[in-house]
Amino acid sequence: MTTLSEKDSRTLVANAGVIVSDWATATDPDSAVAVSRTMGFPVAIKLCGDTITHKTERGLVKLSLTSDDDVRIAARDLLAAATPDDGDVELLVSTMVKGDRELIAGLVRDPHFGPCVMLGIGGVLAEVVADVAFRLAPLDRLDAHELIEDLDAQTLLGSFRGQPPVNREALIDTLCALGALSDNPTIASIDLNPLIVVNGFPVAVDALVEHA
Amino acid sequence: MTRDLRPLFEPRGVVVTGVSSHPGKFGFVTLHNLLSCEYQGEVFAVGREEGTVLDQPVLASIEMLPDGAAELLVVCTPVSVNEEIIRAAAARGVRAVFVAAGGYSETGDEGEAAEARLVAIANELGLVLAGPNGQGITSPPVGLCAQIVAPFPPRGRIGVASQSGNFVSAFQNYAKQTEVGLSRSVSAGNAAATGIADYLEWFADDPETDVGLCYLEGLTAGREFFERVRQITMRMPVVVVKGGATSGGQLAAASHTGALASNDRIFDGMARQAGMIRATNIESAFEAAATFATQPLPRGNGVLILTTAGGWGVMTADAVTAHRDLMLTPLPNDLLAAIDEMLPPRWSRNNPVDLAAGETRDTIPELLDMVAGHPAVDSVVQLGLGIQGNTADLTRSGPFYPSHGLERIVDFHDRQERRYAQAAAEASTNHQKPVLVASELAITQPKNSMVAAVRETDRLCYSSANRAVTALGCLVRYATWRRARI
Repeated sequence: MTTLSEKDSRTLVANAGVIVSDWATATDPDSAVAVSRTMGFPVAIKLCGDTITHKTERGLVKLSLTSDDDVRIAARDLLAAATPDDGDVELLVSTMVKGDRELIAGLVRDPHFGPCVMLGIGGVLAEVVADVAFRLAPLDRLDAHELIEDLDAQTLLGSFRGQPPVNREALIDTLCALGALSDNPTIASIDLNPLIVVNGFPVAVDALVEHA
Repeated sequence: MTRDLRPLFEPRGVVVTGVSSHPGKFGFVTLHNLLSCEYQGEVFAVGREEGTVLDQPVLASIEMLPDGAAELLVVCTPVSVNEEIIRAAAARGVRAVFVAAGGYSETGDEGEAAEARLVAIANELGLVLAGPNGQGITSPPVGLCAQIVAPFPPRGRIGVASQSGNFVSAFQNYAKQTEVGLSRSVSAGNAAATGIADYLEWFADDPETDVGLCYLEGLTAGREFFERVRQITMRMPVVVVKGGATSGGQLAAASHTGALASNDRIFDGMARQAGMIRATNIESAFEAAATFATQPLPRGNGVLILTTAGGWGVMTADAVTAHRDLMLTPLPNDLLAAIDEMLPPRWSRNNPVDLAAGETRDTIPELLDMVAGHPAVDSVVQLGLGIQGNTADLTRSGPFYPSHGLERIVDFHDRQERRYAQAAAEASTNHQKPVLVASELAITQPKNSMVAAVRETDRLCYSSANRAVTALGCLVRYATWRRARI
């Protein structure tokens, strides 16, 4: 099993219809500063490469960078942290999106039922809360609607802390996009974790595609 | 395409192998059950002992079976002889085989090979093959009790297919207890050639069956099951209870059937997507199926509670409110005004409609019809009945009965209870909405005149309000799923 880089993963899911946070790649600290300025602060920078997984555990994610200096230092540190095993690497700069609610969505292949789309409540307590539900892929809009309804934390999907309710149609788009990607036999799994709810819209700020 | 299981469930004639005079052996028990439950077809016994068993002549071999006399073969003989028996039986006109005998894939590689040979023979000869390693089948509409266990369930509209034989018995026991009967039941055993989806597919087209009830432990072809079931549920509700929902249960299930139980959350999502109603335990699975079998499908999720007992009304309102699929209907103004005309002002003036002991002899039947007929009400739960029947029971068994005017009042109480039960059934039938009657008396005092009268209307008397609410939730969930797809 191999993984796609975050860059390729983002491109793949975005082409399928998933909303991803604004991003660009950079090869060195100076170009990272340049794309950060264009994008607008704050930004996040991650080390990006085909074999890199567990970015957070390895400290390869730098969040909430608010100035040229922050970006330059982060970019230098990240490039320095790359090991020969990581192969070709670059920097992935993305905007920091703001939202109080995090969801998690994905595509898995079950040995008995085949491809399944998952939706759950995300965030640091996600595993404890374990509020997740599945549908077999591909799924139509009605299936996706019912998948959303399956979550226990329905109040979290309504108006919340001054934010509008989760836009069901947009979330349905995301879930159906994941389901449609099950047609691609080279995809073993997809993880959108987290999907941050921004003005009601689910925005993927990380994407990981596993190849069969 | 649906496989024709008619020869299994409505055979013209049955032949049992492995019949001996020992009343503890499977062959004997099966023969006994076939001869004891009003099956009208001919029954034949094959065994090694000469003479008769249960007054039935024992044929020394299957070759002695008259040509075309039996369509169903029930196999209670050991693995080593069964392949030959099945071939010979097919040559005599048998079209369906239920292999009750064990010793197949549940025992290891050798048994698995023998099972594969059974399947090959069945395919070659075009036979329906059920089992092996199953308890049997029942088909109450034709009095067929071809099983190695009891009981024989009363006739009803529920079709049972189970990967555990013992749960077939459990559903049969509940059918006897509640008098909500079964149309068919089958213990799928190792399901070598005929699986749960095959049975459900046939049930969906079976004029005797209105709802499928199945127990699953493992699925080897989950995707195919899903694709088939989602077609079935467009025609017939299916209630499923799944073993192996936890990792502990999964271990037990794996060692039990040899099929790996799959991830429970994925199963749950699959069931919902396919429109199957998943129950969490055997009792609630039966009650859900019994409700599908005996109540109309609700058109919406609005529930009205009618009660003569305040506490039950409050508890049930809580249960409805907490239920994701149900809504406690706000009492419409016109209904409130109409009830004001019927009851003294101390009634609740809200949903639950609590009569607060203000009713007279005709109030409950009139109210039932009125609330069930209101467009804002999709279903009704009636609580607190049976009090008069309970009083009648104590009075009847006391030392003063029948003098002191007691006979008359006891008759009145019982008559009223029957009126209430009939009114609930009529309101349901006339307005095509579920009207559920719940009382613990269904268990504590099943001879209570109200309980007996509810059963006479061919409906389930729910043993508690919360169980009625759970069952109603299943109907609403299915109705919602189906309505969205028509």
